[in-house]
Amino acid sequence: MKEIRTDITVVGGGPAGLAAAVEAKRQGAEKVLLIERDFELGGVLQQCIHDGFGLHRFKRRMSGAEYAQKFIDECEASGVEVFTDTMVLEITKDRELYACNSTDGMMHIQSGAIILAMGCRERTAGQILLLGARPSGVMTAGSVQRYINMEGYLPGTRAVILGSGDIGLIMARRMTLEGIQVEGVYEVMPNPGGLTRNIVQCLEDYNIPLHLSSTVSFVHGRDTLEGVTVAKLDENRKVIKETERYVPCDLLVLAVGLIPENELSKGAGIELDPKTRGPVVDQDFMTCVPGIFAAGNVAAVFDLVDYVSQSAEIAARGAVKFIRGEKKADAPLCDVKLDGNVNFVIPQKVEASFEGTREFFMRVKKPDAETVLQCTTEGEPCGRALYQRVAPPEMLACEVSGVKNGDLTISVAPRG
Amino acid sequence: MKEYTCIVCPRSCRITVEEKDGELVITGNTCKRGYEFAKNEYTDPKRMLTTTVKVTGGVLPRIPVISTQEVPKDRLEDCLKVLYGLELKAPVQYGEIICENILGTGVDIKASRTLQAK
Repeated sequence: MKEIRTDITVVGGGPAGLAAAVEAKRQGAEKVLLIERDFELGGVLQQCIHDGFGLHRFKRRMSGAEYAQKFIDECEASGVEVFTDTMVLEITKDRELYACNSTDGMMHIQSGAIILAMGCRERTAGQILLLGARPSGVMTAGSVQRYINMEGYLPGTRAVILGSGDIGLIMARRMTLEGIQVEGVYEVMPNPGGLTRNIVQCLEDYNIPLHLSSTVSFVHGRDTLEGVTVAKLDENRKVIKETERYVPCDLLVLAVGLIPENELSKGAGIELDPKTRGPVVDQDFMTCVPGIFAAGNVAAVFDLVDYVSQSAEIAARGAVKFIRGEKKADAPLCDVKLDGNVNFVIPQKVEASFEGTREFFMRVKKPDAETVLQCTTEGEPCGRALYQRVAPPEMLACEVSGVKNGDLTISVAPRG
Repeated sequence: MKEYTCIVCPRSCRITVEEKDGELVITGNTCKRGYEFAKNEYTDPKRMLTTTVKVTGGVLPRIPVISTQEVPKDRLEDCLKVLYGLELKAPVQYGEIICENILGTGVDIKASRTLQAK
């Protein structure tokens, strides 16, 4: 087995991994290794050809591929060592990785610190209660996106979309432009899952109907998809039989949520948060295993890539401090306390001795207007932001500084 | 009369635009940016154009492209037809102009990534 030693190993070459590797180099780490299982860097951004990326960071509207290219170019220029077509099989709590590829075979990589950046995976047909047959032609929105935008295939001619998350909305427009007839988008919840701008620019622009409180109640077709039955749902999310309607289609696109990909993290004994489904992290995005950090969508599913990059840079700075012995492995931690309309926050913990300035990201439980996000420590304010309107699909970010004795409470509540 | 959902900020105002005696009457907005948004949507709606173009000899068969500015919404379909007729040869560099002044709109179409040859 090939033996490799690194200062920092980054697992995953998508937006989080790229930003983490580049930042680690910028902070002076010597040997930084970035491992990616695909044949090239960029991750999901390479299939996101639409614009709307980088509004915060670059102050302009870029496509996902452009956003990735910026970081790939920086990564190449900064001397990060990159292994593509390489699969990480196991990570241990002692910061060792086992990986393999077709040129080096098995590798044992001992690292000063590890940054997890595996991203997330789409929920599949098997993970939702989809009744009926199991024909071909049922696939996730991300698969459809990769087929159309990267591999040049059209996976169907008439599509139904289940779920109104942003990828589903983006694909509704994309499929329409490519000549696939999109019959409609069906959303189980009474509110859309995606951002308003996507509802407007992807559905309303192309007269694609959005059916709220509705679902696909049956899948028809033996070998290939022939159609689906759609139906309205009552307030208990039960199918209203009388509203059932048959829709012929040869493509059922699932946009039913994302789950952080944490198989490797679990193997390393990392504690996960049931809310985010990602590792519990401290203010530097370090997990409960000393020297193993998590960044981007593996830590929590973010709505904006700008936040993904930002979280990765925080993690990289933490990792560099760790290998220099400036960050303790066993510092006492305190839970960040939540109040009011906050569903979850990441980071979930802070070191009791934490003094600097850091970014915290959160999602609210329910839509609200005229709200204030308030951070307090020992009764004193330590961060604040005003929001005219908040909603679960849009993440909130707030800079926090001057926390005393690890006491931090974050609340989102109506103003006044 | 036309109704729009404003996408300038998450407030998502419903804005209506009416033409009365040759003047635009805009209601429902809560800020100046919303007013401008609705006015533009009514008089001259524009969108960024993103799609893919065929490439031969590359590590992938398609390359994503993006317009350098917004294109009038009613020209999008014709622009797409032009782009679907193109065939590029790898390698293609990020930012390379794929189509200059597409259909006389004054907008260029550029490659939004680098695509290496196989």
